[in-house]
Amino acid sequence: MAQVAAKSDYQGRIHNLQKDMIGRYYARLTAAAEGRGDKAIYMLISGNPVELIEAFDMLPVYPEVNALQLAAKKQSLPLILAAEEMGYSTDNCAYVKADVGMYFAGRKTPFATIPEPDLLLCNYVGCNVYLQWFEHLAEYSKGPIFNLDVPFYRTDASEPSEEDLHYVVKQLEQLIEILERMSGKKLDYKKLQRIMELSSETGALWSDIKRLAQQRPTPFDAYFDSVMMMAPLYCLRGTEDGLRFFQEAYKEMKQRADNHEGPLPEEKFRLVMEGPPPWPYLRQFRDMFSRWGAVAVASTYSTVGGIWEFGFRHDPQRPLESIARHMLQWNLTNRNFLQRYKQIKDYVNEWNADAVIIHSVKSCRLFSAGQGDMREYFTKQLEIPTLLIESDLEDPRYFSEAQLRNRVDAFFESLEHQRMVKK
Amino acid sequence: MIYGGGVDVGSTQTKAVILSEDRKIVARALINTGANVSMAAERAFREAAVSAGLAPENVAYVVGTGYGRYKVNFGNAQITEISCHARGANLLFPKTRTVIDMGGQDAKGIRVGEEGDVKDFVMNDKCAAGTGRFLSNAAETVGLSLDKIGPISLEAKKPVRLSTVCAVFVESDIMSYLAEGKTVPDILGGVHSAIAARTVALVRRVGVDSEVTFTGGVSRNIGMVRALEEKLGLPVNVCDDSHYIGAIGAAIFAVERALGGEIPEGPSKLSQTAKPASPQPGAGAH
Repeated sequence: MAQVAAKSDYQGRIHNLQKDMIGRYYARLTAAAEGRGDKAIYMLISGNPVELIEAFDMLPVYPEVNALQLAAKKQSLPLILAAEEMGYSTDNCAYVKADVGMYFAGRKTPFATIPEPDLLLCNYVGCNVYLQWFEHLAEYSKGPIFNLDVPFYRTDASEPSEEDLHYVVKQLEQLIEILERMSGKKLDYKKLQRIMELSSETGALWSDIKRLAQQRPTPFDAYFDSVMMMAPLYCLRGTEDGLRFFQEAYKEMKQRADNHEGPLPEEKFRLVMEGPPPWPYLRQFRDMFSRWGAVAVASTYSTVGGIWEFGFRHDPQRPLESIARHMLQWNLTNRNFLQRYKQIKDYVNEWNADAVIIHSVKSCRLFSAGQGDMREYFTKQLEIPTLLIESDLEDPRYFSEAQLRNRVDAFFESLEHQRMVKK
Repeated sequence: MIYGGGVDVGSTQTKAVILSEDRKIVARALINTGANVSMAAERAFREAAVSAGLAPENVAYVVGTGYGRYKVNFGNAQITEISCHARGANLLFPKTRTVIDMGGQDAKGIRVGEEGDVKDFVMNDKCAAGTGRFLSNAAETVGLSLDKIGPISLEAKKPVRLSTVCAVFVESDIMSYLAEGKTVPDILGGVHSAIAARTVALVRRVGVDSEVTFTGGVSRNIGMVRALEEKLGLPVNVCDDSHYIGAIGAAIFAVERALGGEIPEGPSKLSQTAKPASPQPGAGAH
């Protein structure tokens, strides 16, 4: 049961490029907050239609990204407590509480001042709490809100129905009218098509990067290192900068793959990770796996904003329809449980994983309910070793290191034993 | 003869076992963990070694387990109690396929292979309901010591139904039953039945196959043994050493590693200050 020493986070060239580009994005947020910037459109990550926002030169603001940044910088707890003092329940989504706490603390964070919303675009309604989050923000800020009703993927058909597509496209047209009124200019269709091209190329590169993780060793950790590539994917997708980031990222990862360089000195176990990471304790959480030589080769969390690795691309010839498909079909959170099972199963098979780790989120019952069944399905029906552990994505109070580590250690002890017996 | 040591540092008690290379338990020690976890681990180990008639440094390999395993500073390796309980149960009851472990803060179900390997496991949520702590709170509320409540629970005629599974709120539940005039055996019968039901539901998630071996501190409670058997509809293995099974499993790993040539190098990391506590009556004499 030897354990290899953990190595530090990935710190390659694109790490600095990411810091630089996201730094500039945050500077745009601060500028907008100070009244000298672009119009701020609040959005949710799930299947975000950022292309339409870019087409009007407006600024996407993701309260989820801000909340997770606060957690990663260990700033979330006082804000969560402030929201609880206002009356938000202990069981309420901690992203919401941290964001509300931050809103009333003057919207100042260590990374940016967050602008007031010019429009609250609630583009994901699969989570009732998220819907109310944006409604609360609308009430607090007196800003306008537009709820984009995306029907949940409720059948086992492999495609959304024509009616669902039509329903979403019609709402996107309404959204365009709102954005036209706000900006005082008509939608430039050619510009939107160019943005769609950039998104399409970005998606293709992101897909290629993810497919590099099929190699042994994987050149990067598809959970902990993917996180670094997610902010550019959501905040900069559809821009020249965003494309450049993913071109550089692909180059660097390809080189690492060709040189057989992995994130750990030795890759002993290949994992598929389900669920978001515990942002307040990312380092400790990563170390729990690194010390066993375990590395993620795929993760569902990196597909909350969109799933590109199974072929989806934005289509410049049919912009609204492809944005609708992205929202309906090609993001994790709008999928039903059977589709989530299939996605994980495909990762296990195509990325040659040894085990599945489910990190369940205490303050998110919507996404976590059913993960017990998920564990049973993988363990008993597919006989893929699966570990279910629980803490929280934002609230540091739910992270119990000793308890988590006990479960993780026991899981890898038994995997090592099984491997030894097979030899 | 080569000897291996296993030290199981639990939230309430620390157990140490010395095992010979022919897998015979030659000594045991049991002490309260207290605040100084490293010291408790070392004291328990020294006490077991002395009771085995061995100098501590003549124990070839030591494995730490339990929540305090990383505080077993003098040990050579740390292995989770999940793996250790499975191996320990396999030594005492070789046909074990399911282990139910109830400790001070934990309840676990472990599916075990023929060699004592872990096939799957499940543990309680971050909540002390269904653990030893629930029982000790209940014992305190009815004014009895922990070792008395098991036998008394067996005298229940009409066990009460508890409205809570919370180890803290159980006290107010019990107080209100006492005020209603319910008998202590009926209340304790209800307490044992509630925990057994919760634990069996937990363990069923990994599947329950016969034989079932009950381990951990709570396995000394006859009321809980009977309550589990009733809920499972199966007999449950327990013996005098059930409480030591984690430490026994750790000692098996230690002996295996010592025999496999993994003999550690360098001087013993045992401190010069920790001296064995005066042996508890009965410890090491099972």
